[in-house]
Amino acid sequence: MTVTPSAEDREHALELLRAMVLVRRFEERCVELYSATEIRGFLHLSIGQEAVAAGILPLLGRDDAVVATYREHAHAILRGVSTRAVMAELMGRAEGCSGGRGGSMHLFDAGTHFYGGNAIVGGGLPLAVGLALADAMQGRDRVTACFFGEGAVAEGEFHESLNLAALWDLPVLFCCENNLYAMGTALSRSESETDVALKAASYQVAAWPVDGMDVLAVERAARHALTAVRAGGGPCLLELRTYRFRAHSMYDPERYRSKEEVDRWRERDPIPAFTSLALERGLLDEDDLASVEADVAEEVDDAVAFARAGTDEPVDEVLRHVYRGDTT
Amino acid sequence: MSSTTYREAVREALREVLSSDERAFLMGEDVGRYGGCYAVSLGLLEEFGPERVRDTPLSESAFVGAGIGAALGGMRPVVEVMTVNFSLLALDQIVNTAATISHMSGGQFHVPIVIRMTTGAGRQLAAQHSHSFDAWYAHVPGLKVVAPATVEDARGMLVTACADPNPVIVLEHGSLYNETGELPDAPGPVDITRAAVRRPGTDVTLVTHGGSLGKALAAADELSADGIEAEVVDLRVLRPLDGETVLRSVTTTHRAVVIDEGWRSVGLSAEVAARIAEEAFWDLDAPVERVAGLEVPVPYARHLEEAVLPQVADIVAAARRTVHRG
Repeated sequence: MTVTPSAEDREHALELLRAMVLVRRFEERCVELYSATEIRGFLHLSIGQEAVAAGILPLLGRDDAVVATYREHAHAILRGVSTRAVMAELMGRAEGCSGGRGGSMHLFDAGTHFYGGNAIVGGGLPLAVGLALADAMQGRDRVTACFFGEGAVAEGEFHESLNLAALWDLPVLFCCENNLYAMGTALSRSESETDVALKAASYQVAAWPVDGMDVLAVERAARHALTAVRAGGGPCLLELRTYRFRAHSMYDPERYRSKEEVDRWRERDPIPAFTSLALERGLLDEDDLASVEADVAEEVDDAVAFARAGTDEPVDEVLRHVYRGDTT
Repeated sequence: MSSTTYREAVREALREVLSSDERAFLMGEDVGRYGGCYAVSLGLLEEFGPERVRDTPLSESAFVGAGIGAALGGMRPVVEVMTVNFSLLALDQIVNTAATISHMSGGQFHVPIVIRMTTGAGRQLAAQHSHSFDAWYAHVPGLKVVAPATVEDARGMLVTACADPNPVIVLEHGSLYNETGELPDAPGPVDITRAAVRRPGTDVTLVTHGGSLGKALAAADELSADGIEAEVVDLRVLRPLDGETVLRSVTTTHRAVVIDEGWRSVGLSAEVAARIAEEAFWDLDAPVERVAGLEVPVPYARHLEEAVLPQVADIVAAARRTVHRG
């Protein structure tokens, strides 16, 4: 069946592609900058997992809240934190989205209700529950999207938080990015029950497994789950089955998985997968791909230039913000 | 003025905060139907309803974390963790999240949460219900830590803490709930920044806080009978520590005894003693003395428990040593 795609569909396809390519190229540049020691500390990349953030974050409304992990460049950028502010943060600049105090693992942005990269596995879940509680108590119509890896499922906070969110019918969309490895520990080596959705179901949280390498599947599932959460039915959980192509942090020996396994997953790379589909369906053409790449390259160059031109916060300001001074 | 108990004073503060600030709510284990493990919140559920007086599951990390999230979301949560001993299950949320977010976000977010917990020993509850972790919390930048030791502070410091834009840990010593004291009919604002001189004196400074204040005052009375006038400084605020009030007293008396129920090593008494050594060394006429908890899990048997906690006689003896050395 050949259907001429609508302008709207074409636009949508372009947006999805642009989102994934932006994150991919941004993080590829991060690798170079890390090697050049312009970025330091721990740097966790989500190369391979872009379809998750690209499929979910654009669906959120302006008022919705996001809680993420230390692997959160994609989430921050696709939430609308500027690539300039994220790159400046990675370089520790005062112009960074956390004023250079957080770095890669702690991107924050009040303007987009981005409540941070949290570097304690499972630590963000109770926070998301509380944000949703505040919304419920204030009659504010918004959803909190809470991202975490499957490693967090082993933490007590996963269980405590799902229970509490369900018990109090709170509007949280739990997004479990199951990339199969908690650092180097495979889910099957750490959990007696590896079905995350089933665990969620035991707390009366509606949950669905989703192919996290397929941006359209992610988007479809997220749209459905968000509708359910917004309808007041309490929290939902998406188990997004995905894979990171690179090391846990910048470098690791990768003794915990085989090259063949990585290669198998690379064949399912979400960007070429979506691109082929979009070309096949006539949603995009080669010119579109080239223009997305060119736009993105320009944006990433600009972000790097902005960050490099950034300033260092004076050392005598280091104690600022430990406390907030004014009574509110 | 009216006579009231410490317990009622805390409840009065909660009532005041819940009445005056619609963003405020209380949550914790058994704070609602049960009325609070120490009956502090008795009657508040009936008065304010289950939305604002929330019973939680026994999930310390989740409900403390949810309190932090709610604070980020514009509420003013008062979270009761039944005892400091159980707060260790929420330590990650308190230390890694509540204390860090303001700084880590470059000042974009702040966490106006109050976390109340019963603390301390002296009631034959054995090790797992008798800890003093005052120093642990006081160690952490980003937190404020208060330890009200009087009825007036029990009310006033909690009210002030609830208006503070930062996370405030309120340590309520379990031995104090039944203590009675006077509360003004129209109590004014109470600060959470300064230590207080509870008894003036000229010969030796007794620095203490929380559940040990009563013991220090009793020791001062005993010393006075012996012609030694002790000045008793109640720290009240453990972070930020008001070193100034301590130093002002020590530079007058030239002698100091620091009393802390917590373990001696690396504890609060060590910090106070160090500050005196750093900043009042040339004013001292005797080495600083410490009367602190013995380094052992608090035992159950009454005579053993008494032996490991600072007692009036220990404080008196320490104060005498400083005077006689001078």
